[in-house]
Amino acid sequence: MSEYLVQFNNISKFFGKVIALKDVTMKLKKGEIMCLLGDNGAGKSTLIKTLAGVHKPDEGEIIFEDKKIVFDSPRDALDIGIGTVYQDLALVSLMSVTRNFFMGREPQKGLPFFKTFDIEKANTIAAERMGQIGIDVRDPSQAVGTMSGGERQCLAISRAIYFGAKVLVLDEPTSALGVHQASMVLKYIVKAASQGLAVILITHNVHHAYPVGNSFTVLNRGKSMGTFQKKDISREKLLSMMAGGEELDKLEVELKEMDRIENN
Amino acid sequence: MSVKSESIQSKKDSGQDERLKKISPLRVLLNRPELGALGGSILVFIFFGIVAGDTGMFSAYGTLNFLDVSANLGIIAIAAAMLMIGGEFDLSIGSMIGFAGICIAIPAIYWGWPLWTSIIFAFAMAILIGYFNGIMVVKTGLPSFIVTLAMLFILRGATLAITRLITGRTQVPGLRVLIEDDPIAWLFATDTFQWLFTWLGSMKLIALRTDGTPLATGIPPSVIWFIALTLFATWILMKTRYGNWIFASGGDKVGATNVGVPVGRVKISLFIGTAVASTIFACIQVLDAGSADTMRGTLKELEAIAAAVVGGCLLTGGYGSAIGAALGAIIFGTVSMGIFYTDVDTDWFKVFLGAMMLIAVVFNNYIRKKVTETK
Repeated sequence: MSEYLVQFNNISKFFGKVIALKDVTMKLKKGEIMCLLGDNGAGKSTLIKTLAGVHKPDEGEIIFEDKKIVFDSPRDALDIGIGTVYQDLALVSLMSVTRNFFMGREPQKGLPFFKTFDIEKANTIAAERMGQIGIDVRDPSQAVGTMSGGERQCLAISRAIYFGAKVLVLDEPTSALGVHQASMVLKYIVKAASQGLAVILITHNVHHAYPVGNSFTVLNRGKSMGTFQKKDISREKLLSMMAGGEELDKLEVELKEMDRIENN
Repeated sequence: MSVKSESIQSKKDSGQDERLKKISPLRVLLNRPELGALGGSILVFIFFGIVAGDTGMFSAYGTLNFLDVSANLGIIAIAAAMLMIGGEFDLSIGSMIGFAGICIAIPAIYWGWPLWTSIIFAFAMAILIGYFNGIMVVKTGLPSFIVTLAMLFILRGATLAITRLITGRTQVPGLRVLIEDDPIAWLFATDTFQWLFTWLGSMKLIALRTDGTPLATGIPPSVIWFIALTLFATWILMKTRYGNWIFASGGDKVGATNVGVPVGRVKISLFIGTAVASTIFACIQVLDAGSADTMRGTLKELEAIAAAVVGGCLLTGGYGSAIGAALGAIIFGTVSMGIFYTDVDTDWFKVFLGAMMLIAVVFNNYIRKKVTETK
């Protein structure tokens, strides 16, 4: 068995004439957090959807636990253990914590044809799972709409883990959150990785990614700029590798220039 | 659930999190979608109790009368509510009632089918039409409002055209004689608990006709269907996996799909539900009247939606209850009958219906904000 839990080798995806992804390679070990960095339009969304089984790659292969895998639907990806938490979280704010936690996979009890949704069991598990990550759900039958953004994110991640994710794909989990909420989510991600999950953290925020990541893959215009171990790269270098970085440098120079002219 | 939530409640009281506060029972009640309808129906009964308490409205006969009207509306309102929770509308309910009526009457009267086969035929057609509505909405992604509005015209037109083509008129009478000895028709045509009413009559507890039989002969079939459907729908929504899928499909279609809920199948089945409920309504009415009329059920779809909305269903889907819709139907049924017992001109009924609905929507909107606000 190779040291990698999951490998995405030379993945390419085309939409008509548009090259959305070209030769992207990522390899993850158990317990590793890989941050996928890229500016808007870098191809992050396409890559996520390819990992989640929504898109089929046009080139390249996905190897999971040493077996070559082809996904025909998002369900296939879920079944082998790739759990994707999308930016919209797939939570219904009017429904209760429990009903959201088990949405689509409700535990049942009773005789065939008269099977009922085992709410008591579901409430217990949901409260227990949320408790483990330090979120005391006041009442698992309360609406998800009453939770904070960070709590919702944690609920969605916790749900993916409970339903057997070995690889977690997180799409911008901290983008809509304040500092405190974001750190709560990042803490939880580190904890999940320490329990043996491989995590792909997709973000454009280097400041959130750098403290928690073990390795960093930078995407720019559909191509991978390479994967770097944390010890090999600084936060500043990462930032400038993302398309925005260079441009921000340029902007800084220009502003200084303007300043100089004005002061003279 | 009470035990579980108590244990969590007590954990909270032990002070694990300073932000936690006790949830008042009022708050719990506020979180129920049927609160508005419950308050509304209590108000309606108090009002008529005062205004019409001594007029015979609340005699056995009068009570069964307004319950019968409420129950008929309730049967379709519950199905409409479930579909609304699932995020869709069905405007073809009224036309489906008329269509189902002639599906029963024409084969039975003109083609010589036994009544029970034509009843089964009507239900089969309902399933087909419901399936068509559903598949159109799911596959094309068009708003159900448009798809079922088209079906409203198609079905009403077809009902009229087919009936006139076959019978030369717009009404099909003569069904009453077929009800006796039919193996299925009694399900929609028998008053139950007749012995109770005979006994109450013999004890002089309820009003009698001049021949000594009680004025109210038994619980009408609509009421039994209404109660059964309310319980069944509530069980589905609150206690089954499929119920959770209904809420999820209406609450967030994309999210529900992403976590593996078969949203398309859920919606199609709910459209079949409204068509079947319309057919139950039609069976009861046609067998009670002994005739089918092509205009039967006109505007019923809007009354059903109004009852569901008063009962707490959100127009955007994902929220509501069957009990709420049932209470909404009771409010409308009670007022529409009760108004005869007051001095108020019955012309005002529709004004009331509209006002009630507006108040309900404003109230429900406020409640939804309460439910989802971050604490």
